[in-house]
Formats: sequence, structure tokens, C-alpha cells
Amino acid sequence: MLQFLLRRLTGAVVIMFLIGAFTFFLFYTIPQDFAELACGKNCSPQSIAVIRENLGLDKPITTQFWEFMGGILTGRDFATGHCPAPCLGVSFETSEFVWASIIDRFPLTLSLTVGGLVIFLVLGLGSGLLAAWKRGTWVDKLVSSTSMVLSSFQIYFLGPIVLGIFVYSTGWLENPKYVPFTENPAAWALGLLIPWAVMATIFTAQYTRMARSTMIEQLQEEHVRTARAKGMKQGYVFFRYAWRGSLTPIVTILGMDLSGLLAGAVVTEFTFDLAGIGRLAVNSSLSKDLPLTMGVMLFGAFFILILNIIVDLAYAYIDPRVRLA
Amino acid sequence: MRRRNRRYECTHSTVTADVRRIAGHPTPVNGHIMTSPIEAEVTEASVALDKETATKNDAADGTNHTGRSPGQLMWSRFKRDRVGMISAGVVIFFFAIAALAPVISKLYGKDPYTLYPDEFPELLDDFSMPVGTFGGVSGDFWFGIEPELGRDVFTMLLYGMRTSLYMALVITFLAVMTGVIIGMVGGYFGGKADYWIGRTTDFFLAFPNQLFFIAFMPVVTALFVSPTDETPTYLRAVSIILVMWFLGWMGMARLVRSSVLSLREREFVEAAKVSGASRWRIVRKEILPNIVTPILVQGTYTLPSSILTIAFLSYVGVGFVEPTPDWGRMFAIGAKVYEQNPAFMFFPGVAMVIFVLAFNLLGDSVRDAFDPKTGR
Repeated sequence: MLQFLLRRLTGAVVIMFLIGAFTFFLFYTIPQDFAELACGKNCSPQSIAVIRENLGLDKPITTQFWEFMGGILTGRDFATGHCPAPCLGVSFETSEFVWASIIDRFPLTLSLTVGGLVIFLVLGLGSGLLAAWKRGTWVDKLVSSTSMVLSSFQIYFLGPIVLGIFVYSTGWLENPKYVPFTENPAAWALGLLIPWAVMATIFTAQYTRMARSTMIEQLQEEHVRTARAKGMKQGYVFFRYAWRGSLTPIVTILGMDLSGLLAGAVVTEFTFDLAGIGRLAVNSSLSKDLPLTMGVMLFGAFFILILNIIVDLAYAYIDPRVRLA
Repeated sequence: MRRRNRRYECTHSTVTADVRRIAGHPTPVNGHIMTSPIEAEVTEASVALDKETATKNDAADGTNHTGRSPGQLMWSRFKRDRVGMISAGVVIFFFAIAALAPVISKLYGKDPYTLYPDEFPELLDDFSMPVGTFGGVSGDFWFGIEPELGRDVFTMLLYGMRTSLYMALVITFLAVMTGVIIGMVGGYFGGKADYWIGRTTDFFLAFPNQLFFIAFMPVVTALFVSPTDETPTYLRAVSIILVMWFLGWMGMARLVRSSVLSLREREFVEAAKVSGASRWRIVRKEILPNIVTPILVQGTYTLPSSILTIAFLSYVGVGFVEPTPDWGRMFAIGAKVYEQNPAFMFFPGVAMVIFVLAFNLLGDSVRDAFDPKTGR
């Protein structure tokens, strides 16, 4: 297991480096003049020169790249001051360190993704199992058709509807807001209740369908039938035999969905006017604040890689063949 | 959603006395025997030319052929699937009204750009909200009026869908073609080429794609336009297509690679090789017809997801901007005024739910029709 983890981690470091290199070269070579782009409209030649100087744009591109990469590991010195260890550069707009602004916004996105993930996995797999268990009955039909319809909804459509019902008309809940978990866990959960519910609804619906169909497939497998024929209890066969087998494809798809989950968090932030990584990405992209955009992008990739490793560990736990391969 | 490697059975010809006429062995798939006698050419044609041709083939079938192609089998199964037929109808309806948007708006007498309150100030109240029930729905404005600017919602939606559907078609086509070519090269040539293609695919899969789209929109736009100029709409469209194409082909490439890999060693391919067929011919005539099914099924999932991604980009504000009518941006406008005027979001929202639902059901039906053993 440790070896498996180490191998995965090395792979992740390599991928991170490649993504970093790829984004860096795309970002710094495509725009005709990076400094001009950074400066935006109505820019004087003097300020362009200052930007060029500050960012070290007069140096060759490979030197810039190694300085950038080195900065992530050891920190960097700019004309404006020292940028401590995971240094992703300095924002054009706010002149803050990119890493600091990301870390400032990240807890919200983390709460949204992880909270949403836990909710939709529990609900989605639960209802999918229920539908497979009661296959063909009205329970199954209700669950299947509801999830089919709900999975066609979008966060930006469902969100306002839910807000309209629970906040604007009835006033049962307050407008969603973010309170750090460390400050007040109850307020944290209450404030994110609606975003979680909306985000989880859409993902839940997809996972219900998936869990149902893989479970039904598993129940038709020969080893499951044999277990039943031996006289094992229905519940035991269901959970110990079929359920375990059906987890593997679900976890595989979960691993592929992780970037979709992050995207879901981005839309959720926009729908409920919360300030997380997604808003940071969009704002920086619109204002052409390239160091910040690139920082968010790299950070997002890093976050997904970490989640992926966790999913892989779960995978290795569920399916012993993975550990040996 | 489902990407599984299914093996698709090959095919043997019943009519043509050609070199191609090589019998594929019925082999066990998941413990079942699945044989379908078909003629490779017919499959290709029925896939390329869609359902109408499949019917014609069906009709022709009675007189000329004894076997039926997978395309015909699929069509006859699909015809019996009522949900599938209805959702196909809905999808075609959406595409039809999107294509006919200029005609419809001409007949209807409005367009998505005119600010109607300039002419008729009585349309909006003192708070710039539409006067009348449900966002100003009336005989003149079927879906109501946009708050603040007072544009016509019906034509906005029509043109918005048109933009999204056209873009999604282009992106799906490009992504599918790229994926098929890359997957085919990897799967068929194997060895070093396959290894490096596989690593590259994995690498691009590791990108957080939506964040990538957001981040790269300005960079790609800067390729065409100097940062001091305004970006014309068609260049925005090109940028969106490029960015989404760039990260859209990997799923298809993987799928095609694994299908080709399993086909490459089969007897009918060997036989074609022995009888002196060129590589290009083998790929085109022996392998491609057999992987059309998974490609089509995957394609039916790619199209709606491209539409949703375009909508997502416009919703967060990096896609199309005013005044181009866009489906996704209607949600951004609707969310702003939702508290005062929930009606505005109703029509684009319901249209999108119906469209996505129909496409999902259609995708499932197509998959079932091609491969009835999916066990739903």
C-alpha cells in the first residue's frame, strides 16, 4: 500500500510539473506582448516598461520559467519585496501575492466540494441501491424518473428556484454565506446548506442512476447468483457480494468527475454569490491578470490531483487487483 | 457518463463477392454469443447518412439481402422504443427551431437586439420590470420581456439556442474527429506511438478543464486580437471552439483506442492483411465500421455536455458577451433579477431542462438499441 501511494505521488509530482510547464509556456508565449496585456487599455509606455522590469520579462523565456518554478519551491525576490515559499507570482491588479489570495479564498471552495461530495455520494449511492433493491416496483420507478429529471437540471437554474422558495418567499433560511468552519461550525453548515443541497441534487441524480445500473448488473453476475443459491441471506449477498463489485465502476467514474465537481463548485459560487476560487479565476481572467489566472489554474490542478490520489487509495482499498498492478 | 470498453462484434458479408468478404468469428462477449450477419458497406452508409437511409436500407433489405446490418437492427429496435422516439423528436425540434430562428423571428416580427421600451415605454414599470403577468407575457411578447433592457425573451432564447447548438455541433464534430484519429493511430500502430499517445492523453485528462477554459479564454483571444481592441463576436466563437476542442478529444481517443486494440488482432483483419489490403483500407473498411457504434454513443453524450459547457462559460461571464444572444447568459441575467422577476428565467430554464433530458434519454435509447444487453 505504501509503495502504491509513493508511486502515485511521484506520478502526481511529474504531472504537476508538466502542467506547470505547459501552462507557463502557453501563457507567456501566446500573447504578443505580455506586458501590454497585463497593462490593459490606455496604458502608457512607462508603465509597460515598469511591468516588464518587475516581472523579469526582459529575460529569456526559459530563465523566466525556471525562476517561476524555483519560486514555487523556495520563494522569490521581486523589486517590490520578497515572496515567500510557494510563490506563484504577484497579481497585476491587486499587487498581492497570488498564493495568499488563493489561500484566502480556498476554504470556501474546499467546503463546497468536499461537503457536496459527501452529501451526493451518500444520497446518490443510497438511493441507487434502494432502486436496485426494489427493482421494478414503484419505489424504483419513482427514484429512477426523479433522478433522470433532476440530472437534467442545472445548478444555475435550480439555485435561484431554491433561493426563491426558501429565502425570498418563505424566509425560512437566510441568503447563503460563508462563515469559516473554525469560527462557528453551526453557522458554517447553515450558511452553506442551500449551496450544498443544490449542488448535491444534480450530482446525486447522476450517481443514483449509475449506482442503480451497476448494482443491477452486479446482481446478475454468476457469483452473486451462486451465493444466493447457497442459501445466503439476501442482505448479506447484496452488501458483501454485489455492492462491493459495483463500487469499482462508480469510483472510476468519480475519479473522472472530479474536475466536474470543481466546476460545479465554481457555478455554485456564482449562483449564490460566494467568493471562492471560481470567482477569483473568472475575475482574474476577465481583467487579464495572468499570474493570478495561472496560479488559480495550477492550484486547481493540484487540488484535483490530491483528490484523485484519495480516490485511487479508495480504489486500491476496494479492488485488491489495483494494489498489485 | 458511461464509458466502458465494450467489444463490438464484427461482421461478415452475405452478398458481395469481394476480398472483403471474410467471416468474422462469433466470439463470446461477457459469456454470450452475439452474432449479427451484416455487410460492412451497409453499416458505414447507414451511419453516415442517418436514420432515413437506414429505413431505405431496411426496405431494400427485404428484396436484396438476407442479413441485416447493425444499423438496421438498431433502427428496428429503436423504432419500438417509444421514449427514444419521443426524445429524438424533441431533439430534432430544438435543432429545427434553432436553424429556423431567422425565419421564425421574421414571422413573429421581433428580434433579440431591439430595446422595445424605447418605442413603447409603457412596457416597463418604474423599477424597469416588465408590466403584466409573468414577466410581461402577452400576444406580442410570447415569453415576456427582459427586465431593464426590455428585449424580447422569445427571440433571445431562440437565437441563444441557435448560438449554443451550432457551436456545440462544431465542437463535437472536431472533438470526435480528433479523438477518433488519435485513438485509431494509438490503437492500430501500438508500440511506442501508442505509449506516447496514451501518456499525452492522460496528461490532458489531468487538466481541470472548466478552470482551463476560464483561464485560457483571454489568452486565446489575445492570439487574434490586440488587447487594446474590442473582440468581435465571431472571434469569441472561434476562441471558445479552440479552447474546448483542445480539451475535448481525450475521452473519445481512449474509447477508440481500446476498441481498435481489441479489433486489431481479430481474424478478419488478419485476413484482410494477408489478402494484401493496405493499412488505410484496413482502417477504413475493416476497423472503422466496427467502432462506429461506440463513437456514436459517446457522441450523443458529448454534444449536450458541450452545450452545457458553453452555457457555463457565458454564465460566469467569459463566453459570449452583450449583445450576442446566448442561452447561458440568460441565466446570469435571470439570476440578477430573480427576486423581483422570476419569470425571466423560467423559459430558458425549462427549455434547457427539456433539451438536456431529451438528449439524455435519447443517448440511453441509442445505446440500448445498439447494445440491448446493457440491462436497464
